[in-house]
Amino acid sequence: MKAMKEQEDGFGSADRYGEDKVEQLVQIKTLFFARARDLTGTNDVLLEIPLGSTTKDCLDKIVGKFPRLEEILGCVVLALNEDYTTESTVVKDGDELAIIPPISGG
Amino acid sequence: MASEERTLVEILEENIPIDMAKYITFVSAPQAGAISTFSGTTRDNFEGKTVVELRYEAYVPMAIRSIKSICSSARSSWNLHSIAVAHRLGPVPVGGVSVFIAVSAVHRADAMDCCRFVIDELKACVPIWKKEVYDNGEVWKENSEFTDRRLELVNKEGHDHDENETAVVRHNRKSCCGSKVKAMNEEPSNCIISSDHEEGNHQHNVKNENENEEAQLQRNIRKSCCGSKVKLNE
Repeated sequence: MKAMKEQEDGFGSADRYGEDKVEQLVQIKTLFFARARDLTGTNDVLLEIPLGSTTKDCLDKIVGKFPRLEEILGCVVLALNEDYTTESTVVKDGDELAIIPPISGG
Repeated sequence: MASEERTLVEILEENIPIDMAKYITFVSAPQAGAISTFSGTTRDNFEGKTVVELRYEAYVPMAIRSIKSICSSARSSWNLHSIAVAHRLGPVPVGGVSVFIAVSAVHRADAMDCCRFVIDELKACVPIWKKEVYDNGEVWKENSEFTDRRLELVNKEGHDHDENETAVVRHNRKSCCGSKVKAMNEEPSNCIISSDHEEGNHQHNVKNENENEEAQLQRNIRKSCCGSKVKLNE
């Protein structure tokens, strides 16, 4: 977990806490397999993303970093901590997100 | 005996061939009247191209969990004794076995139906990939079973604000790849990545029934003529 970006300075009221004065980041380990690995050139990457982000937010950020992934976006699914997940799932610090291109076992 | 003890799931590291006899031995039991097996083998051609080998990789911990989950789903549908599933990683040459399934049951219908279910589900949702290597190129393959399942999920995700809808998606997913069983192994370290402990080695003569995909297709066609569930692949 990343430290707060801005110290509380005594001016911020309690109800504003966490909105614009503090941005907490969570670290997500992202894994690439098969075609996704070929396109990114790496097995995994550590992603830092604001607290409360979804798996879709993670994916968007990853694609920003590795634009070549766009060509398979229409056919990948996501797995969070070794389970298939929806794009609306909120990620937690230390989560493992896997980009799953079309599988072909068997 | 707990069902976990009668389920063996192994993802084999590169260059370790599948020892089919070992898995048949694992599922053998005096009370089982049937053992059904399936072997997936590397074909030497695809759409006129010469295939040299297949190269497999997996998201190993998730693959093990998914396969174990498929096995527990199967146990809720059929009366089974033991299930063994093995999948190779790395290159598998033409003729080599990349996946092997052995199922034992008191009666053959349970064993045979389960065997078919396990390979179909494995192809639909277990995170394993193969690259087909030709004499003049290579391509990452995609299972049609996965594509079908994926569209289902994506369509339902379109309404992700609807709690019920999300629950349905989760339920569907669980039918094949929800993970009820945790695998401890994290990293592919040596030749066998995960295995449940093996139980008694009951040896008796077993007819090893190897099937390739064409034989499966043949069986489907046969099925169609006797009025049972018809489902033609591809």
